[in-house]
Amino acid sequence: MFGRGLKTLSCVTVVLIVGAFALVFFYAPNDADQGFIQKIFYLHVPLAIVALCGFVAGGIYGILYLRSGDRMHDLRSYVAIHLSLILAVATLISGSIWARASWGHWWVWDEPTLVSFLIVFLLYACYQPLRFSIEDPQTQARYAAVFSIVAGAFVPLNFMAVRMAQSVAHPRVLTSTTAMPGSMFLTFMLSIVAMACLYVTLWKYELASKHASMQLRQLRRKLAGEDDGWTPRARRSAAPQL
Amino acid sequence: MPALPLGESGKYVAAAYCVFLALILIYVAIMATKLARIERDLGELNELAERRAAAASDEEEDEPEPVAR
Repeated sequence: MFGRGLKTLSCVTVVLIVGAFALVFFYAPNDADQGFIQKIFYLHVPLAIVALCGFVAGGIYGILYLRSGDRMHDLRSYVAIHLSLILAVATLISGSIWARASWGHWWVWDEPTLVSFLIVFLLYACYQPLRFSIEDPQTQARYAAVFSIVAGAFVPLNFMAVRMAQSVAHPRVLTSTTAMPGSMFLTFMLSIVAMACLYVTLWKYELASKHASMQLRQLRRKLAGEDDGWTPRARRSAAPQL
Repeated sequence: MPALPLGESGKYVAAAYCVFLALILIYVAIMATKLARIERDLGELNELAERRAAAASDEEEDEPEPVAR
């Protein structure tokens, strides 16, 4: 079900990632202002963009779950948020490394872009504990969907608020005033596409794995003579259940 | 702040890309563990199904044959 097209997608992702990194180091010129350290930008910005889009996608699947009651949408939302959290960790670490090299500090507390991203990260870090704290699978799925919708709506609002703020330190990438040279822009765009492909591939892998585990559990329940899909398991889990 | 020389900035760039690679590898390792667990569970279920099938065939053999009147 979720494994369809995974082989092709994986191959495309590998080609795109290798291609993007090759362009970063062998094609895109060094930035006149920052020099070689600007190469982190081709990793850090796509990671941040894809992570934020993943959080929004989690919210969209949350809406679909509430509308249809289909537990597969709950699973999709859960995996999207789970993966976005991993990318958000990579964003924070790569951003800190860049800040250390460029500003001389690992973290700057008066920079709205950094702090707002940290707030979004910490908000979503509550998602798994929230799910884990609810034992009944149906209630867990419903509460998690509401959380994902509210938090998903917060992400673009937060992004716009930060854009409107008068930032002093954090560079702006996609603006109408700063024109990137063609080679840099191409590399940056390919990096975003590659990162998005990586996200979708890992999302499908995780979905296929989770779905297989769920089906196994269902089969075990059927063999044991309990056929009610909403019966809570003996061991509590944050992951959705079939 | 002026641009760092290549030698100094190179280690930061390498560190950032290594962190990304490490996270992906950790993720793949976790997925591999999950796959191993699924394989083990499948094996257990297969054994259970085989035992049930064997028990069912034993019961059939133990049943007394109907007596012709």
